[in-house]
This record gives sequence, C-alpha cells and structure tokens, in this order.
Amino acid sequence: MNPGEFSRRRFLIGSLSTLGGAWLAARWPMIAATQEHIHGAFESGQAPAFQFFSPEQAVEIEAMAAQIIPADDAPGAREARVIYSIDRALTTFEHDKQPLYRQGLTQLQGKTRGLFSGRDKFSELTSEQQVQLLTAIEKSEFFELVRLHTIVGFLSNPEYGGNHDRIGWKVIGFEDAGAYEPPFGYYDREINKDDGR
Amino acid sequence: MKHFTTGTQVDFVVVGAGAAGGVVAKELSTAGFQVVVLEQGPYLRESDFRHDELRFRDIYDKPYLGQEILTNNHELQPNTFRRTDMDIARPLPVVGYGRCVGGGTVHFTANYWRFHEIDFIERSRWGPIEDTGFADWPITYADLEPYYTKAEWDLGVSGLASASPFDPPRSKPYPLPPLPVKSSGVLFERAARKLGWHAYPAALAILSQPYQGRSACMHCGFCEWFGCEFAAKSSTLASVIPVAEKTGRCEIRPNSYVRRISTDKHGRADGVIYFDGERREQFQKAKAVVVCANGAETPRLLLISKSNLFPQGLANSSGLVGKYLMFEATAGALGTFEHPLNEYKSVQVTRVIHDFYDSDPQRGFYGGGGLDARFDYYPIGYALYAMPPDAPRWGADFKRALKENFNRTLNVFAHTTALALESNSISLDPDLKDAWGLPAMRVTYKSHPDDLQNMAFFRDRALELLEAAGAIKKWGFPVEDATASVHLMGTCRMGNDPKSSVVDQYHRAHDVPNLFIVDGSSFVTSGRNQPTCTIQALAYRASDHIARMARSGGIRSSL
Repeated sequence: MNPGEFSRRRFLIGSLSTLGGAWLAARWPMIAATQEHIHGAFESGQAPAFQFFSPEQAVEIEAMAAQIIPADDAPGAREARVIYSIDRALTTFEHDKQPLYRQGLTQLQGKTRGLFSGRDKFSELTSEQQVQLLTAIEKSEFFELVRLHTIVGFLSNPEYGGNHDRIGWKVIGFEDAGAYEPPFGYYDREINKDDGR
Repeated sequence: MKHFTTGTQVDFVVVGAGAAGGVVAKELSTAGFQVVVLEQGPYLRESDFRHDELRFRDIYDKPYLGQEILTNNHELQPNTFRRTDMDIARPLPVVGYGRCVGGGTVHFTANYWRFHEIDFIERSRWGPIEDTGFADWPITYADLEPYYTKAEWDLGVSGLASASPFDPPRSKPYPLPPLPVKSSGVLFERAARKLGWHAYPAALAILSQPYQGRSACMHCGFCEWFGCEFAAKSSTLASVIPVAEKTGRCEIRPNSYVRRISTDKHGRADGVIYFDGERREQFQKAKAVVVCANGAETPRLLLISKSNLFPQGLANSSGLVGKYLMFEATAGALGTFEHPLNEYKSVQVTRVIHDFYDSDPQRGFYGGGGLDARFDYYPIGYALYAMPPDAPRWGADFKRALKENFNRTLNVFAHTTALALESNSISLDPDLKDAWGLPAMRVTYKSHPDDLQNMAFFRDRALELLEAAGAIKKWGFPVEDATASVHLMGTCRMGNDPKSSVVDQYHRAHDVPNLFIVDGSSFVTSGRNQPTCTIQALAYRASDHIARMARSGGIRSSL
C-alpha cells in the first residue's frame, strides 16, 4: 500500500465511517468488564486502584496526557481522569500494548535525563520543558499511542473510566441527551423556530 | 415466530436477512409461502443498541473495516486484496457489510435515493466506453417505479416529492414529510441558491412522524453506524421482518452461516448447507433458494458451491459470477463556520443536490453523482481524523481547535458513479481460509480513470459549495483509487443474454430455474452510489414475480 492509499484509508475512517474493527470482537467481554469495574469503583466513592501502572508510572503518563490535552480555561485530560481509562484499557482490551508502555516509560526517563541533566522524572519538569521533550518524541510509536489513548479516554463514554463527569464532551460541546428538538444550531433557528419542521 | 425443522422442505430458503432478504421474506410469507431466512449474524433488538462510539465504531487503527457488532468481522472472515490480477493479493480488510438481522439497513445513514430514468439506459444515451462492461439494464425506470413506491410506503420513508427538479416521475408522494432541516442543510441550500443549483429535502428511510406503530425520530444523532433504539430508522429489522414473522410462515434463523447451495442431480437447488451457531453443519431443505447475501458474499457463495454439474461455480456458465464489481465511489470536502451548527444532533443528512446527476460530455469524462450536506463524525473519530489539516495534533492549540471546530464543521459528501470493469471482481482466495475453513474472499479492484476524474470534479463542486456557504476554512478529501467499500454491486449482473449476465430480469439465475439472486449483485450500473433504495425496490419486484411463478407452478422444484 502506498502512503496515498494510507491517507485515503485514514480519511475513510472519519468520513465514510466505513471502517471499524474486528479488533474489538474478541475483546468486547473485557471492555464490558472494564465498564463494570470503573463504574463500581466510582459508585463506592473512591478512585479505583491502578491495575497496570505503578503509582509512579501513572504520574508520568498522566503528565503526558495533560500536555496532549491540557487544562486551559476548561479542564483537560487530567481532570477527565483519562489515566484511569488508559490503565484499564491496558489490562483489558489493549492488553497487548503493555510492552510498548513499559519501553516507552523507560525511553521517557532516558530522554528526560538526556535533555535536562539532573532531572529524573518527566512529571517534575516545567510545563515548557515537558512540551520541549514531547515535541522531540512526537513522531515515536509510544507518543502516538499515548495520544490515541488520551483522546479516546477524553471522549469515550464515561463508563470506560475517562471523560469523568463528561468533561471531554463538555469541552467540545457534545452532549448525549438521547433526544433533541429543533432548532439544532445557529443557522436553522429561524426556519425551525415556528413549527419545528 | 414459526420454527421449521431442517428436514421440512419449505417453499423458500432465503440467504441473508438484510435490505433485500428482509423484503423478500415479508413478501413471500405474506403471499402464503413458507420461508426460512438464514442470517449469518446475530438477531439483535433495539434494546441491544447503544450510544457508545468506542464499542460500536472501532476507531483504532487496525483492522480498518467493519465493526464487529453490526457488521462483518475481518478476523473471522478475512479477505485479500489486489489492484489487478498481476499483483499478489494480500490480507487487507476492504469489504464491509451489515452482519445481523436487518443487515446494512440497521446501521446505514438511510439516504434513500431512487435511481433516475437515465441510470437504466445510460449506455444507450452515452455510447460505449472502451474496455468496460458499461451496459443498459434489461429493465427501465418505469418497470421499477411501482416498486420504488411500494418500498417507500411499506418501509416508511420521509421526503418531499418533486422538491428536486431532477426527480424522476413518481406515482405517489412520500408517505411522510421530510425531517426538519439542520444548520448544514440551511447553509447548503443557501449556497446552492447562490450558485443556481437546487438543494432539496433529503429522502430518508427514517420516520419523521409515527408510522405503522413505530416511533418518530427523536433526533438523537446516532444514525450512521448505529442501530436505532427507537425503531425510527426503517431497517428491515424494524419494519418488514416483524410482519414476516407474524404470518406464522416465516422463520428468521440467526447465526446461520451458509456454506453451500445444494443442487440435485438435475441441477436444481434443493436446499442449503449451513453452519449453525455451534458450527455444526445443517441442511435446510427447500423448493427454491433466494440468495440475498450482498454483492460480495453472494458471488463468493456461488463460487464455493461448485460441483460436477457446475464446475465453474453455481449459476456461472457465463463466467461472470463475481465480475463487474462496483465499489462505493465518493468525494467531498469539509468546512468550518463561524457559528455553532451542532451537527451531532438529529439525522446525518437533510439536504441533497442532484444538479450534476447526469453525465455531461462537456466535462470530458463519463460520470455523475449527487451531493449531500452532513456531519458523520462522532467525538473520537472527529478528534482523530477530521480536524482542519492545519490544526496541531496535540497540546493547547490542538485542544482549542477541537473545542472551536467540533460543532462548527460540516461535510459536503458526493456519491458518484463507478464503472463496471470485468477485471474488478470477487473471487476465491487460493490459500486463505475463514474461521470456518471456507475459502476467503479475494477482492481485485482498480477504479476506472473516469471514476477518478469524476471524483475530482465532485470534490471541486463540494469546495465551491462550501465557499458559497461562507465557510471560514475548507479542505477537500484526497481523490484516490477506491480501497474499501460498503456498497457492493454488480457481481451477478442482470441481463437478457445468459452469456453476458448471471440472472434474468426477474432475478432468476439463467442456469438454475429455482435459484434467485436479489441484492446489489444484480446491478448493471452503480447508479449514483446510493444503492439501498434500488436494492429494496428490486427485492419487491423480484418477490412479486417469484410468488407469481411459484403459484403457477413455474418454479420446478427438485421433487
């Protein structure tokens, strides 16, 4: 497949929505288990314990996620508890990505030491330093994966552990109310204001 | 629901409970025949459908095609792909179809375009196109018109008759008024007016008002790629299949994967062999077989069903089973606007333009199509794949772009012609097997150069529309050779000559008198790549003729 075809396929995913995956087939029972676990934990009023990450590792990955989708005037990946969705994904439907995270965490530490002598932890760098480091590794497979998992965790249904309090959806202006009445947006408000037709 | 034993020789066994199979099941069972419908996928109900993008739309990067819940699973049923027969075919998911009771009508966008008169006679009007299978249909629009009307009224379609000056003649208006226009539709209509084009309310197989005991659309926004939990989308699952079951003469048998159409020593179909949910082989006896397994699985099943009497595959004396595959051809562009559109609400499409439906020799190539205004992204897919091309991929500016654009983006989407080429095909892969040990599908596909020129033409029209609509930013989809398709057409083409077609104009296989093939595979041309309405009209028409033939003893059974 040439790169052109690849980009076309990428486009198709979003545009035609032609595409999806058998990937999930074998993993669906595990995803369901994820939902149950997360739901149960938050229901009982406490954050769930990490299943894959050590607390130190979780801090590092969360710091990355918080640069990928930072808080500004609105909350970001950290506030949406994306780290929990990543942790649960890695012990369930993204189980086979564990080695990439292990290697990635080691690389992250190496890069931190290499770029900022005397510093050991990415999470303890200044925000500017973190951005500088992530820019240096933004083409890596590890960064791509954390980016994907951060976006997925931020915008998927809250029962997967992220998008806490629907923060991700609120940020982009999406809601899943289940039913709406016209008018729907700015440009149809005139035509739809009378009879909704 | 009636249950038949496999040993009972029913009147008809129907393979596939999708757009066509659901209609055939209802028509034949209400006409008094016993019908068993074998569906390889599960029998899901409205209560199984969820608003869950991660679960129902796999946005992960492999494999790309088909969700596992409502559509085919490429790990269980892989296919291989090559551009031409000079290339080596490699595993690559390129074919997507509905795999549950209701088939693709469960998750489709529900655009419901009739073909125009020109679609059936375009070869005569345009002239030959070298090295293609460009041909007229053996039927005309007038032959099919009563069945288009029947489909719209029986299934439940919303629209506004004659709102488009290009609409073909119709004997009856739509049963339901159009769905309310969205902001994308308003902008699209405004732009069209400026350009002298004609936007009209989309015809959708979605109920704008309660109909036949089903609920009206609640505008929840989860149509494309999702099942409708209100049964407001007129899938065959929600509309005609319950009617078939209520006759007491129709059994829908899910999780039943047909592996062979069986024939007797006289070359007549006598039933089908299938794997049940436990992968045990079963044999369902029947007087006649109707294959509605879609434009990719139908030819595969016929090719797998080869025997001493049918060494090239069943119904394949022409050698054309699997040939003339036509893929979904599309083009389009995205644009962003100043104010919120909130396109995530309600049905995906509310306005359509058919000004460029017909081919025009002045363009210098064959091709036509239609454009619609839509937004078919959900949050994750939008963030990953549909952001403005100049938006950063992460960080504060990425988040800002996401925030600003999710509700301000629309997509002008063109559905365009695909020429039938004999070299584009579904065949059996010589090596790869599916999870049941059956030969995997091998897909060979390369778009005709005119298809690509046409796509570029439509991309430019989409950009022109966005410009006229006042888009702040706009960008086109790349125009590239088709690599994946969920519209599968042409692989058992209809015709009068058994040497150049697989089924006759009543969908009867030329080679097997009690075998009928009714789905996208019957198509001679692609129309403008919105096939479901025509698949269903053909299914109503075929059922009418099949029932008539059966009543008059015209279908000779094996007994």
